[in-house]
Amino acid sequence: MSALTLYDKLWQSHVVRSEKDGTALLYIDRHLVHEVTSPQAFEGLRLAGRKPWRLDANLAVADHNVPTTNRSDGIADPVSRLQIETLDKNCAEFGITEFRMNDVRQGIVHVIGPEQGATLPGMTVVCGDSHTSTHGAFAALAFGIGTSEVEHVLATQCLLTKKSKSMRVNVEGKLHPGVSAKDIALAVIGRIGTAGGTGFALEFAGQAIRTLSMEGRMTLCNMAIEAGARAGMIGVDETTIAYLQNRPFSPRGALLDQAVENWRTLKSDVDARFDQEVSFDASQIRPHVSWGTSPEMVVTIDDCVPDPALEKDLVRRQAMENALVYMGLEANQPVSSIRIDKVFIGSCTNSRIEDLRVAAAVVKGRHVAKNIKQAMVVPGSGLVKRQAETEGLDRIFADAGFEWREPGCSMCLAMNADRLEPGERCASTSNRNFEGRQGAGGRTHLVSPQMAAAAAIAGHFTDLDVFQGNL
Amino acid sequence: MDKFTVLDGIVAPLDKPNVDTDAIIPKQFLKSIRRSGFGPNLFDAWRYLDHGEPGQDCEPRPLNPGFVLNQERYSGASILLARENFGCGSSREHAPWALLDYGFKAIIAPSFADIFFNNCFKNGILPIVLESRVVSDLFERVVAEPGYHLMIDLPAQQVITPDRQVYPFEVDAFRKECLVDGLDDIDLTLRHVESIRAYEARRRQEAPWLFQ
Repeated sequence: MSALTLYDKLWQSHVVRSEKDGTALLYIDRHLVHEVTSPQAFEGLRLAGRKPWRLDANLAVADHNVPTTNRSDGIADPVSRLQIETLDKNCAEFGITEFRMNDVRQGIVHVIGPEQGATLPGMTVVCGDSHTSTHGAFAALAFGIGTSEVEHVLATQCLLTKKSKSMRVNVEGKLHPGVSAKDIALAVIGRIGTAGGTGFALEFAGQAIRTLSMEGRMTLCNMAIEAGARAGMIGVDETTIAYLQNRPFSPRGALLDQAVENWRTLKSDVDARFDQEVSFDASQIRPHVSWGTSPEMVVTIDDCVPDPALEKDLVRRQAMENALVYMGLEANQPVSSIRIDKVFIGSCTNSRIEDLRVAAAVVKGRHVAKNIKQAMVVPGSGLVKRQAETEGLDRIFADAGFEWREPGCSMCLAMNADRLEPGERCASTSNRNFEGRQGAGGRTHLVSPQMAAAAAIAGHFTDLDVFQGNL
Repeated sequence: MDKFTVLDGIVAPLDKPNVDTDAIIPKQFLKSIRRSGFGPNLFDAWRYLDHGEPGQDCEPRPLNPGFVLNQERYSGASILLARENFGCGSSREHAPWALLDYGFKAIIAPSFADIFFNNCFKNGILPIVLESRVVSDLFERVVAEPGYHLMIDLPAQQVITPDRQVYPFEVDAFRKECLVDGLDDIDLTLRHVESIRAYEARRRQEAPWLFQ
C-alpha cells in the first residue's frame, strides 16, 4: 500500500460512501455547538420533524455572546440573552449535553473540547465556527461548517464534502525564547497569504512543532483558517497522549490502551507525498505584529510598517493603502513606535493556561502604562480560570492593572459588551484583524500573549528582548 | 431551496481583495435566531455612515455615497463581481443569507474562501471562479458600461457577456445537480441511512472509544 498522509488516514477512515465526482459522505464523530450558528439549524430540524442522529456525539456551550463580567444578574443585552436562551432551550428539547453559562466547565468551544477530552485523535470534529481547525492539534480532522451543515450533521451525523489537497508546513530548528506558536502562525500566514491554504488541509510538522505543548499546537492549528485552510493538523506523539489522560470524555482503562495503540498510527507515513510543501527555519522566526486589516499583513517587531509604494500589484497596493488609512498608520513607521489603547489577552487562539502563564510572567511586578485605557485577560474556560487562580495568576494580572474576566469569546469578535471604540488601537492575542472585528472602527494588532503583555506594560509594541533588558 | 438554471442580471463590482465575512455581515447581526432579513445589513459598515444595530429600521440611515452598492446604476444587481479570496474569515452562513436576501444569486471572483464557497451552494447562490485576467476585464467593462449585465447558464457552465463572449466555468457535478434541481442535502443523505448505520456498526467495532 502506498504511503499515506495523516489527512489521507483521517479521510479514509470516515468515508461512508462516495459520489462519482468524488463528493463523499463523511462521518462526523464530534459535533460542537454554540449559540450563534445553531438556532436556525435546530429550527430546521423542528420544521422537518427530524431528531438528532446521535446525541452523544454533540456537545454544546454558549461562548460568543456571554458577558465576561459578573454573571449573577444574567445578560443585559436582550438580543444576546435570547440567543443564549434559545441554545439552552434547544439543547434541553433535543437532549444535547450543554455546559451552561454558570457551569465551571463553560468556556470557548475550542478550549473546552480538548480540555474535556471531547476532542480525540482520529476523530472528525466539526462546529459552526471557522476556528474548529484548532482541534487538528490532536491529529483530528477538524473544520468549520456553516449553519446548513450544522443541521445536516445533527440530522445525519454526516457531511457531504470533497477531499482537499494536502500541504505540509515544515518548521525545523528551534524557536528562540519569547517566540511562540502564535509567531509561527503569523509567519506562515505572512508568507503564504490568507488564501495560500485555500483548498488545502495543512499538516504542521518538524522539530519546532514537536517541541510545542498541546496549547501551542492548538494556537497554530487554530490559525490554519487564517491561511485559508479549513483544517490544520499535527500528528500524534507522546505530548498528545499525555494530554489526554484523565479527561472527562477521554477513554479510560483497557479502552484507553486500545485507543492509544490506534492513536500512535495517526501520523503521516515517512514516504507520504504532499501536494505542496513549505518550510520554515524556526530559529529565524521573530515575534510578529500585524499592521493591517488582514492576518497576512504582518511584520516582525524590529521591522517597520511596509510601504505600499513598493508593492507592484495594483490591487494589493490599493488594499495596503486602505489598510494604512483604516489603521491610522504611516508607511515606514517603526512597529515599536505604535502606541496602543487597549490590550486583550484571550480568544480561542490564546486563552489557555500556558498563554496566561507566559503573559503573567511578563507583567509580574510591573504595571500597565498610563496610556492604556483598558487591559483585560479573558480565560478560555471556567476551568482555565480556576487553574490560573490556583496558581495566583489572577493576582499578578490584577496587581499589574489588568481586568480578570469570566470566560468567553469576548473582544475577539465583540459580540458581547467587550469592544473597541472607533479609532481605539488594541494589542490582541486573537486571530483576526479585519476592519471592525473588535468593534466598529477599532484597530487590531495581532500578537502573542507575551507580546501583548509587554505592550501593555510599555504602552507600545516592544521587542521582548529589549523589554527584558536582554539587548 | 430555489432552483438555479439560467440567470441574466445586472453586475455590481466590489473591487477589493480578501473581502471577509465580518465585512459582509458584521457581528452584531449574528445575534438573530432567524435566517432571513439580513439584506438591509449586507456590508453594513461600508454601506451606511452610521453604526447599525440589529432590529433597527435601515430606511432612514445615512448611506455612504462612496460605497458601490449605493450607486443607482447598480440597483437591482443580482451578480456580484469580486476579487480574490472573497468570503474569507468566519464560517457564518449569515454572509450568504445576507447576500441572497439583498438579491445576489451569483458571485464571480478569481477565488473564494472554502467555507463561504460551500455555504453559498447550500443556499442556492452560485459562486463562479473565473481567471483573474477575465475578472479584471469584467471589472473594466462593468465600470465603463452602466447597466452592464451578464448571463449565467449553469447547465451549460458558461458566463456569457452581452457581446456574446463565453467564459466556461467549473462546478462539481454533485453541487451543480443540487442547484439545478433545488435539492435538499439532508433529504439526499437520508437516502443512505443504511450505509450510515453500516459504517457506524463497523466503526463501533474498530474504535469503540468513539462511541462512549
